[in-house]
Amino acid sequence: MALLSFERKYRVRGGTLIGGDLFDFWVGPFYVGFFGVITAITASLGTALIFYAASLGPTWNPWLISIAPPDLSYGLGLAPLREGGFWQIITLCAIAAFTSWALREVEICRKLGIGYHVPFAYGFAIFAYVSLVVIRPWMLGAWGFGFPYGIFSHLDWVSNTGYQYLHFHYNPAHMLAVSFFFVTGGALAFHGALVLSSVNPPKGQPVKSPEYEDAFFRDTIGYSVGTLGIHRLGLFLALSAGFWSAICIIISGPLWTRGWPEWWTWWLNLPIWS
Amino acid sequence: MRGHWNSIAVIGGGTAGLLLLAGCEPGAKNVTQTGYRGAGLDQIVDRSSLAKAAAIPAEPYPLPPDGGPTAGESYENVRVLGAVSKERFDHLMAEMNQWVAPPEQGCNYCHNPENLASDEKYTKVVARRMLQMTRTINSRWASHVKDTGVTCYTCHRGNAVPEYKWALAPGALNPHSILGNKHGQNTPDANVGYASLPSDPFAAYFEGKGNIRVASSEVFPSSKHVVSIKDAEKSYGLMMHVSSALGVNCTYCHNTQSFRAWNLSRAQRGTAYYGIRMVRNINDDYLTSLASVFPANRKGPQGDVYKVNCTTCHQGVSKPLGGISMIAQAPSLRGPAVEPAGAAAGAAVPRAFNQPGAMTGKNEPAPIPARP
Repeated sequence: MALLSFERKYRVRGGTLIGGDLFDFWVGPFYVGFFGVITAITASLGTALIFYAASLGPTWNPWLISIAPPDLSYGLGLAPLREGGFWQIITLCAIAAFTSWALREVEICRKLGIGYHVPFAYGFAIFAYVSLVVIRPWMLGAWGFGFPYGIFSHLDWVSNTGYQYLHFHYNPAHMLAVSFFFVTGGALAFHGALVLSSVNPPKGQPVKSPEYEDAFFRDTIGYSVGTLGIHRLGLFLALSAGFWSAICIIISGPLWTRGWPEWWTWWLNLPIWS
Repeated sequence: MRGHWNSIAVIGGGTAGLLLLAGCEPGAKNVTQTGYRGAGLDQIVDRSSLAKAAAIPAEPYPLPPDGGPTAGESYENVRVLGAVSKERFDHLMAEMNQWVAPPEQGCNYCHNPENLASDEKYTKVVARRMLQMTRTINSRWASHVKDTGVTCYTCHRGNAVPEYKWALAPGALNPHSILGNKHGQNTPDANVGYASLPSDPFAAYFEGKGNIRVASSEVFPSSKHVVSIKDAEKSYGLMMHVSSALGVNCTYCHNTQSFRAWNLSRAQRGTAYYGIRMVRNINDDYLTSLASVFPANRKGPQGDVYKVNCTTCHQGVSKPLGGISMIAQAPSLRGPAVEPAGAAAGAAVPRAFNQPGAMTGKNEPAPIPARP
């Protein structure tokens, strides 16, 4: 990939968190850095282990390959490789790779002198993953509560884990997460549509400015969040979706073990009317 | 000023957080894995919400040895237990007194003390039918109750009328109006785990012939398998009842990859399959048959007799009374052997599993036996 003429201007030294100048260089378009090296090592090792563990399994069907966590009987201890140990090492590699990637983003932000919004946002995705494979299993006392690494098998895990609470749609945090996902999609669609409408005026007319976009929404709903505001809103909505997803699974088991519909009996039992 | 607002925000947020946690069960858990590792097939129960172990009452006096004159020879009007020895019949009567009859009435709850053979009290007629029922459960429905068996105490627990039972729901005030008519759903009902599902799944599945046949055998919809979403919700409601009654979640029996597939289910689902049919048999052939015997105050709001569901016996645990068998202290409740003499009771169960039609008399296809 060719270096764009202006890119060199932004390729400045410094801003690293660890390693000083040692890894402060680019490979093609990619900034490396200490955390780039760690990401490359852990991601490669994790991927190789997935392939190795798959090779020991019964199938090469990509839908059915599954690398499962240990039995609950191993608790929070280490399991033999073929009985969940691979899952444990792959999980460590994944967390190391994801976290290093986020820190590499931090270093790039520091080089550019911009805010940390991108690594912050990515951190929510990492948090959601860590919730599933570390926080909740740790709170329940066994790595076996993590989800298996397989296309169909992780869907079975989601389904079965949901039905452990009889009707997961009654999980209040799941309700919030689902709502935020919908609103995120809706907001993105509105935003995309609005931008496209402004840059696609009738033939012969100039592209419209953001004032037109604001006017559209002011006329429609009485308020426009604005060009910067829509991105703040989008970030909030999307991060809320990921955040409440993580919360909805952390509370399922560690903080509530019965059917989720029954949780709402606190409302029925409020002293106001009970 | 700003500092004040910050403190107010912190206090308010903290209070809201604590209120949220108040609806939680943060205590120690019992966890059990019920399937292959990582498949999400687990039981997680907060110890605070475990059903309390039921107290097993002490025997009124030790079981006397069998033999001697029979009850039929010793007493008049003994129609069910005539072949039982008098000593053991007396023992069972003492147990029924302890298990069922209100203490202040004792034997007189069912019997006329002047003439114990008289059938003048309705309770005695009911008790006789219940003895027949118990013997049927212990023999014909060994596929569900296994060798543990049931006694009067499994349901009654010292109450004249078992605590957990059902009758037809009262129904809407104005069934032909849409006002206030919830069509039997959208009400947080304990029957269905407080979900909005149809809250009377019992009338649909715990009497008559209604079967759960929601999942089709084909991938795509077909005219051969027309089942509405409401049918699916009804069966979901029933399953909520089964889960609550047994204190387990859906994965105790099912792998939710396919609720229908027997080869993915645990053996417990087979037990539940016969349990549903047993409940129907009890309700149709034993309880509803007493409709003319029960007085009005022993009937539900629609005038039908009270019937049993899973909670009647299970009361929040997967094995009623924690799996403790009381049948040894009431051997005359075992009932006649359905299998030819000499057949081990254990062998009868898997055989029955393969012939559900014979079990139910409803000619249903045999389920694929569950994996061992």
